[in-house]
Amino acid sequence: MKNWRNIARGDWNTFLLPTGTLLGFLITWEVLVKVTAIEKWLLPAPSAILKALWSVKELIWQHSLQTMQETFLGLALAVVVGVVIATAIDWSEELKKAVYPLIIASQTIPIIAVAPLLIIWFGYGLLPKVLVVALVCFFPITVNLTDGYRLVESDMLRLMSAMGANRRQIFRMVKLPAAMPFFFSGLRIAGTYSVMGAVIGEWLGASRGLGIFMTRSSQSFLTDRVFAAIIVITILSLAIFLLVEGLARLTMPWHYQRK
Amino acid sequence: MPSDKLTVRGVSKIYSQDRGQVVLALDHTSLSVQEGEFVSLIGPSGCGKSTLLDLVAGLTTPDSGEILLAGQSIVGQRGKVSYMPQSDVLFPWCNVVDNVIIPLKLQGVPLAEARAEALALLPAFGLEKFAASYPYMLSGGMKQRAAFLRTYLCKKDLMLLDEPFGKLDALTRMQMQGWLLDIWQRFKHSVLFVTHDVDEAILLSDRIFLMSPSPGKILVEIKIPLSRPRHPRMVTEKTFIEIKRELMRWLETGIFAQEEETSWQNKEF
Repeated sequence: MKNWRNIARGDWNTFLLPTGTLLGFLITWEVLVKVTAIEKWLLPAPSAILKALWSVKELIWQHSLQTMQETFLGLALAVVVGVVIATAIDWSEELKKAVYPLIIASQTIPIIAVAPLLIIWFGYGLLPKVLVVALVCFFPITVNLTDGYRLVESDMLRLMSAMGANRRQIFRMVKLPAAMPFFFSGLRIAGTYSVMGAVIGEWLGASRGLGIFMTRSSQSFLTDRVFAAIIVITILSLAIFLLVEGLARLTMPWHYQRK
Repeated sequence: MPSDKLTVRGVSKIYSQDRGQVVLALDHTSLSVQEGEFVSLIGPSGCGKSTLLDLVAGLTTPDSGEILLAGQSIVGQRGKVSYMPQSDVLFPWCNVVDNVIIPLKLQGVPLAEARAEALALLPAFGLEKFAASYPYMLSGGMKQRAAFLRTYLCKKDLMLLDEPFGKLDALTRMQMQGWLLDIWQRFKHSVLFVTHDVDEAILLSDRIFLMSPSPGKILVEIKIPLSRPRHPRMVTEKTFIEIKRELMRWLETGIFAQEEETSWQNKEF
């Protein structure tokens, strides 16, 4: 592999350059806050946010555990529902015509409007938050996987037919593996939205979770804590993204080596 | 008297296009492949070669005529012949062994048994070092050999090869022709081979069916008297050149002339 060094350098650049941008942004922010002496409840400096994060680290960890639980359960539910819907509408053209447009249309309903209904129906417990996450996440999974099934190379399907394969064999041996990269594209998007879904669910009413921590902090004008929560949410989202990415590389090494 | 492995008798195929137009893709076409015979179909693109292959593979059904395999009708039946498409169509998510055993898996052969069988055959196909390689790691020729092994493992009495070397460069192509001759000499399959390369058709075949387009039909059947076993060097032999000359004459009078006529007619419009 003579390109090794180039690849390594490329990877470092893709890592270092955005880090540099971020650092520059934070330094500007810090300096501006110090120079203008803006009030802390209005806009805390990055250093103050980090200090706040450190001082409430145990509290925030407790809330994070709750949010993570909701996120993972919701995401898992979304995967199951998304895979089932996409597979079913791939199996039956009629079902696709009957359901698919409605699934697309359903995405125009703002989640913020549906979430209070879920609270009314299912109370303040875990379930409504899991459902909000699932509602946010199933869509990209469904749509991407549906596309994946549909866009399988027709040559592959012809060959399998010519060799006498039945529908189930074609699905298992060609469509499913061929659609994997699409499924993971959907899961990547779903993963990045999932934490946000949980936080939205918690805003509307909860006893624990990063969402309720944010609401309480902002009501008490503890703006540095709001920012601390934002940092944690970002880290969680990134972690889920990386987890999905790792899972994708593990399950489809052929897809990554090909390039 | 050798028996017919494949008999295609009076087969026509009509395709309907948008706006109600119909195209006669094949017009009362007949041909046969005998046991252990290598037969080529040659003709310009759009002459219905691939349509004919699709019909024999059972991917489509004819509008008239019959298709018999060892005397039994196989119209619309899939999985009765070994079929190799134009491009290699190897699955990127499977390594070479798992790609070539797909027909065995479809027939319900246990995985370990299927793999063992494929591994034993890899050397004959020049792939012994690439059992665990993925398709993207292989050269064009190697991919084609893997695709051919997959076709071989369909284990049907007749092989349909649809321009298997069409996408290879000239040198690899020559190499693959030599290799196919060796393999064929060893296994003596009945083969129906589609190509648009005159040299390739003469070198490989016992008989050639020359097809003309619009509507697709058999123009002439040519027997190839070259001795077996054959070698790619034979393209320079006198007999070879004579056969080629005859074939070229048929192409000039039967196909190119017709095409000129139609293009001239088109110009009048």
